[in-house]
Amino acid sequence: MFIIKCPYCGERDHSEFSHGGEAHINRPKKPTELSDDQWAEYLFMRKNIKGLQYERWNHAHGCRQWFNVARDTSNDKIHFVYKMGENPPK
Amino acid sequence: MSNTFRLTSGGEINRAERISFKFNGKNLFGYKGDTLASALLANGIHLVGRSFKYHRPRGFLGSGSEEPNAIVQLHKDKAKTEPNIRATQIEIFEGLEAKSQNCWPSVNFDISEINNFLSPILPAGFYYKTFMWPAKFWKKYEYFIRKSAGLGFAPTKRDPDLYEHQYYHCEVLVIGSGPAGLTAAMIAAQSGKKVLLVDEKPEHGGSLVGSNDQVTRIDNKTPKEWIQNTYLELLKNKNIKILNRTSVAAYHNYNYLIMMQNLTDHLNENDKKNKIRQRLWKVRAEKVILATGSIERTMVFDCNDRPGIMLSSAVRKYLNHYGVKCGNNVIIFSNNDDAYETALSLHDKGVKIKAIIDIRKESNGELVKNCVDLGIKIMWKHTIVKAEGHKRINEVVIMKLSSDNNSVVGDKIKISCDLLCVSGGYTPAVHLFTQSGGKLAFDEKKFYFYPEKTSLDQISIGSCSGIFNLKKIIQNTYIKVNTFLKTNIKDKTIVSDYKSGGFDNIWLLPSNKISGKTKSFIDFQNDSTANDIKLALREGFKSIEHVKRYTTTGMATDQGKIANMHALGIISDITKTKMGELGTTTFRPPFTPLTFGALVGRNVKEFFDVTRETPMHIWHKNNGAKFEDVGQWKRAWYYPINNESMYNAVQRESKAARENAGILDASTLGKIDIQGSDASEFLNRVYTNAWSKLGISKCRYGLMLNEDGMVYDDGVTTRLGENHYIMTTTTGGAATVMSKLEDYLQTEWPELKVFLTSVTDHFATVSVCGPHSKKILEKVVKNINFADQEFPHMSFKEGIIDNIKCRVMRISFTGELSYEINIQANYGKAVWEKCMKAGKEFNITPYGTEAMHLLRAEKGFVIVGQETDGTVTPGDLQMDWIINKKKYDFIGKRSLYRSDTMKEGRKQMVGLLTENPNEVLEEGAQIVAEIKKNPPMEMLGHVTSSYFSPNLKKSIALAVIKNGKNLKGKKLYIPMKKKVIEVIVSDTIFLDKEGSRLNG
Repeated sequence: MFIIKCPYCGERDHSEFSHGGEAHINRPKKPTELSDDQWAEYLFMRKNIKGLQYERWNHAHGCRQWFNVARDTSNDKIHFVYKMGENPPK
Repeated sequence: MSNTFRLTSGGEINRAERISFKFNGKNLFGYKGDTLASALLANGIHLVGRSFKYHRPRGFLGSGSEEPNAIVQLHKDKAKTEPNIRATQIEIFEGLEAKSQNCWPSVNFDISEINNFLSPILPAGFYYKTFMWPAKFWKKYEYFIRKSAGLGFAPTKRDPDLYEHQYYHCEVLVIGSGPAGLTAAMIAAQSGKKVLLVDEKPEHGGSLVGSNDQVTRIDNKTPKEWIQNTYLELLKNKNIKILNRTSVAAYHNYNYLIMMQNLTDHLNENDKKNKIRQRLWKVRAEKVILATGSIERTMVFDCNDRPGIMLSSAVRKYLNHYGVKCGNNVIIFSNNDDAYETALSLHDKGVKIKAIIDIRKESNGELVKNCVDLGIKIMWKHTIVKAEGHKRINEVVIMKLSSDNNSVVGDKIKISCDLLCVSGGYTPAVHLFTQSGGKLAFDEKKFYFYPEKTSLDQISIGSCSGIFNLKKIIQNTYIKVNTFLKTNIKDKTIVSDYKSGGFDNIWLLPSNKISGKTKSFIDFQNDSTANDIKLALREGFKSIEHVKRYTTTGMATDQGKIANMHALGIISDITKTKMGELGTTTFRPPFTPLTFGALVGRNVKEFFDVTRETPMHIWHKNNGAKFEDVGQWKRAWYYPINNESMYNAVQRESKAARENAGILDASTLGKIDIQGSDASEFLNRVYTNAWSKLGISKCRYGLMLNEDGMVYDDGVTTRLGENHYIMTTTTGGAATVMSKLEDYLQTEWPELKVFLTSVTDHFATVSVCGPHSKKILEKVVKNINFADQEFPHMSFKEGIIDNIKCRVMRISFTGELSYEINIQANYGKAVWEKCMKAGKEFNITPYGTEAMHLLRAEKGFVIVGQETDGTVTPGDLQMDWIINKKKYDFIGKRSLYRSDTMKEGRKQMVGLLTENPNEVLEEGAQIVAEIKKNPPMEMLGHVTSSYFSPNLKKSIALAVIKNGKNLKGKKLYIPMKKKVIEVIVSDTIFLDKEGSRLNG
């Protein structure tokens, strides 16, 4: 139902995309140096914000590219969209 | 009885077209343009149903989608019959058949009416407190509860009608074609914008339909003329589309709306044939104008649910629009001036008004004055305390209100009547507004919720925004719409209306009896009363969401269109909380019920889901194969010959594969083409084992884990060239593995030069196994040297079949000598047929997925999804050998040494042999160490795969059991319903432990 602006394809209907969870979680480069708790933090712990949330989305039925979205979960308003690997604009 | 209540002239029905129909088996007639409600009322029929819980006699309350009582079972045909259809919305057609619901044997004599007398023990929530003890009688209770639940009957045959979906984009969507909506549509259309105007009714005009011609004039026309004129004007614009009989079901975010258009329900059988019955519109609108109108309120007093008690605006519409008088001796009960328009209309048509009971002290409105001038008796500051009559109202009991409206004083006054018009004011229809996320505010003085704030590109106009005076509605519409659309269309409308008096509101009218002795209905359809609300509050339910659910108020098919406001009002009065603070319960789609057919559209039968077939499908079909669904694929399951059972087919196929040769269609397995200078590094990171040293033209089995260390997918990957691999995945995992690998490449390792292409559908795969497989392949792929030294196990060669290139991998899932030919998909069937022909002399046998599962189980090979379920590690599968200890990292590596993954007592995969070799275990059966007389017994694990092996002539099984790796040789027990099976824990490889069969 929302309209998401894919950074590569432009505005498309929500049903073309699939959600990929919280954004900006980097896979640790040195997993052997992490304790079980630290590794579990990466594996399992995710924020669940009522309000502005940064998420990963994939244009599954389109260009199949991953990108990031800043969405307000309380009203589904999408504030901005930015490419994978970029930081959210201020 | 025949149309004795039809006026001799007037109304919009087509008196030239008579329509016969049946109601409860009785033959009746009406006219084209009648609804079932208006036709029945014309025939003097008010009793149309029995209420849900108490089985009280019920009649029509309203004239539209807000109708709570008159819901009927429509159509006799077992495929088309539909329950709970509002008679007020059914447009009659020749041959229509409808029946009352929730009554037996008939609506006139319903045995379950005894519930009405049992009502003291059937208050709200009674089922939470009953049917508890004794627990074992629940099965008996359930039978009767199921029988009495629900109202109508579901169809028992497949829906034969056609339904369609339609996408639509527009600049302006106007919802509702009443005076406000029509005006808004005019402005929008004149501005040149692309407009869509919809209304749920067959006729346009909204609240103006059925209004009194003398009372309202627009542009010096009667309302009817103005509507007709406006509609014709609108049609002149090419940029507007107008849909009637189209109900907006849902208003979602980003101005996305779903609406259902009825195309043929009002037509006769012949005209309906082969046409689309309903069309579901999926609309994206830039701007939305809500003109959804308002719904009239009832009054709440003892026995306010009797047949013959109707909303005043409905009576007016039946009179003026359908030409039907709903009674001969009328009483009107009101708290506002609108009901006086009904009084004037009734008087005009010669219907006797015995009295108007008004709870207000007085009104200086023009219509009131007109009634006084006509000599109509008005009883100010009075209320009705009870309505008498059983299957039809026959009398009202009236008392005077105290000055503070909290009680009644004086003597009872009784007046006989056969129709009571109630008018409790109007509630703005804000359902769609709130669905869209809009916030409501409560007007303390006028007692209604109105739209206050929205974050969408949307406005509300007309009575749904809280404006009820026609002149003001039109003026306000011009102002609001011009601002909204940035247009400048001048308002030239001349509206002549009347000066209106004030409004007084009492949610629960006072009575001379204590409330426990009255039945004052709030929700007619679910039979919830004012008492039920009070009970819920007494029992401690505070939130309106709880009170709603506990009393089921607002939860019937009418979704509280009439009930919600009074429920809230009573809660507010009793708890002394402001209504604005209570809020409303959440309005959810659909606004009125939708058919499943409309929601599904064309996606039925073979279009319900995509079916994927391999290039050899037709061969399998022609050779008797039975198919199983693997995801969306149809895979050959087994090929029964001579009517043999599945069991026998699978036994025969499994035996043949090891004795001579078997052939399997493996085309559905996922195939991913991997290229790039970092391809080996990539494989090292995604699989658990080592890939850097895999030679060109070699194959290797790979295991893929999730980041949490659990087995995720597996398959053989072949190195085709220096920087070129082809990976296979399980059939079910093809898309998800592809997605996951892309995810890692794009989001974690963008520096790797790796390119993935899904080629599952590009290549057909023919797998030939068994002692004669080599000879068969030699006949088919003539340019390859199949000698073992040249073509060892787990290697790959390029081949040519009839000038077409193919790839041949020597890999085995059955443990037999085995080869897989991969060729461009459109040659798949030809290659299969070639192999069949070449194998004929060797008794080559096609085998399906069931035999494949059996054969690999004999060798102890795991199937992801059968032995694993997302909680199983490679260690659990006793596959430590596939974890490379030297690699720094791979997906899931770190999780393999979390304390949970390393702890003792995890379930490990083992083999099981039954004490009685002919006894085959059931997959999923639980395993215990010790049989006790009664549960609980500690469950150690379960059987994951189980077969009777024709090659070993005994039953074999794989299972995951706690501490399994240390239990070899131990006897365990499997308690089944009627017996206990004894098993011995064994090795997982049952056949050919040395693996010598791989060499034929």
